[in-house]
Amino acid sequence: MAKLRIRKSNHAMNRSFGGDLGIYIILAIFGAFMFIPMLYTVIQSLKPLDELWMYPPRFWVQKPTLDNFGDLLKLMGTSWVPFSRYIFNTAFISILGTFGNVIFSSFAAYSLAKIRFPGRKFLFNIVQKSLMFNATVTSITNFLSMSILGLLDSYWAIIIPACATPLGLYLMKQFMETSVPDAVLESARLDGASEWRIFWTLVMPMVKPAWMTLIVFCFKDLWNAGASTYVYSEQLKTFNYAINQIITGGISRQGAGAASTVIMMIVPIAVFVFSQSNVIETMSTSGMKD
Amino acid sequence: MAEKAIAKNKGSISKFSWTLKEIKNNKVAYVMIAPYFVIFFLFTVLPVLLSIFFSFTDFDMMNFPGDPVGFDNYIRLLLDDDIFLTAIQNTLIFAAITGPGSYLLSLMFAWFINELTPRVRALVTLVFYAPSISGNVYLIWTYLFTADQHGLVNGWLMEMGMITTPIEFFKNPTYIMPIIIVVALWTSLGTSFLNFIAGFQVVDRSLYEAGAVDGVKNRWQELWYITLPYMKPQMMLSAILAITGAFGFGGIITGLVGFPSPDYCAHTIMHHLEDYGNTRFEMGYASAIAVILFFMQIGCNTIIRKILDKVGK
Repeated sequence: MAKLRIRKSNHAMNRSFGGDLGIYIILAIFGAFMFIPMLYTVIQSLKPLDELWMYPPRFWVQKPTLDNFGDLLKLMGTSWVPFSRYIFNTAFISILGTFGNVIFSSFAAYSLAKIRFPGRKFLFNIVQKSLMFNATVTSITNFLSMSILGLLDSYWAIIIPACATPLGLYLMKQFMETSVPDAVLESARLDGASEWRIFWTLVMPMVKPAWMTLIVFCFKDLWNAGASTYVYSEQLKTFNYAINQIITGGISRQGAGAASTVIMMIVPIAVFVFSQSNVIETMSTSGMKD
Repeated sequence: MAEKAIAKNKGSISKFSWTLKEIKNNKVAYVMIAPYFVIFFLFTVLPVLLSIFFSFTDFDMMNFPGDPVGFDNYIRLLLDDDIFLTAIQNTLIFAAITGPGSYLLSLMFAWFINELTPRVRALVTLVFYAPSISGNVYLIWTYLFTADQHGLVNGWLMEMGMITTPIEFFKNPTYIMPIIIVVALWTSLGTSFLNFIAGFQVVDRSLYEAGAVDGVKNRWQELWYITLPYMKPQMMLSAILAITGAFGFGGIITGLVGFPSPDYCAHTIMHHLEDYGNTRFEMGYASAIAVILFFMQIGCNTIIRKILDKVGK
């Protein structure tokens, strides 16, 4: 107890009241800037038609209604691909891609972090380098690979590349290196446990924060995936794509557009809220040393 | 190191046969990395190499794999294609503001948030992080800046009597660039931001006590002399993520101002690439654009790493 108190006061030594106040003010201003557009999206989705077209426009809603969500369902009902199909597509892609990424990245990360085999430094270096450019660079020639492999216009064109993201392997490997002690693995190996057994029964339970983090990152990317250049059949398109069609369908669809955005954003935010502490724990080992 | 020492002791065994033996002994390791690295090479490494190859051909849908044309694509891009020069300029301006901007904002907010109590910290982190994971929520900005009196900004400005006719924000090049930069920054507090939040939490508390004894007087000195040097590895990763992000805002720009943007005022390399690759199917030419984009990103990363090495020195 005493020790704790000393620490606290010591840490507070370099803190001035003015500085604290400044920090709160800056956080409040920028926090409002970050939050207000999010809030406004929710508010717009609750406004009845006459309030959406009011002049002068009001920020707050006066008579909140769920009509916009109903209209959204009606709009979606008029498209020839059923609304539920878009949701199914997005859910299917998100779940399968996330699962694949977690499994494949964990296998590779364990191998790179804990088994000493020739070539592991070289392979990890390439992955680390590939963090430095984004997928736009690869989009043109990937179209070619996809068509040669026969993946064009199928779910797999989105799912398979998502199963091997550089950031996924990178975070997983860094976390395993720091938080899985070699001694534990060595004694398991001496007892005759196979690497697969060690991986499933020892390592994966120990690195739960890391794969929870991977789930958050991978899921939000796939959930938010919009129109892909590799998929052109309407019945294979994603929820986000369908929503964009509604929003860009004209300003008269403002309410339905805002309603669909609200539905869209709830899911990744909820996933993050439930795993925030795991994410922070994982990122704390993610530094790049060299 | 240990392997090398053993290899030396055995003397008679050549390095090559030692490596072979190690590969055999660790077969399971290769099985474990296989699924990841097959996909990774196929969809991340190979495309870069292929792009470099095709950038020297006139490959298009009619002509596969195209005939070699030497540096023609690059010469055409840099000397004949005025729109591409606009695109390079826009991309650089955009990246030079949003990259460092997002990086410094992430660092600053993470630093401030770290001063809060744990429960408040989690909530504030969520508020700052949420826009970056909420899909197309940035489209709400088109409602804020709608071009008639029903848009919030125009409505307010007219009510206050500052303007008499609504401003067409997304048609006028003077407004487009600032607005998309603000929106891009708004969505940019993503992974690198969380990375900083985590970085501040792992700094060894006893260092602050030692620092106080050594004469660290205020939080600025604490940040510069203790915290930042300690979390330099985090700063490296965040920098890479911020730079990659700064070159990847093409989707947001298209979402806000459409494609092509008025007078190409927000036309970036990403748009040019999509235009030639996915619309005109001039794959050789598009590959040359991809190669230039690739080297721009690698170049920026190299420069930033050099700069970050100086932190705390």
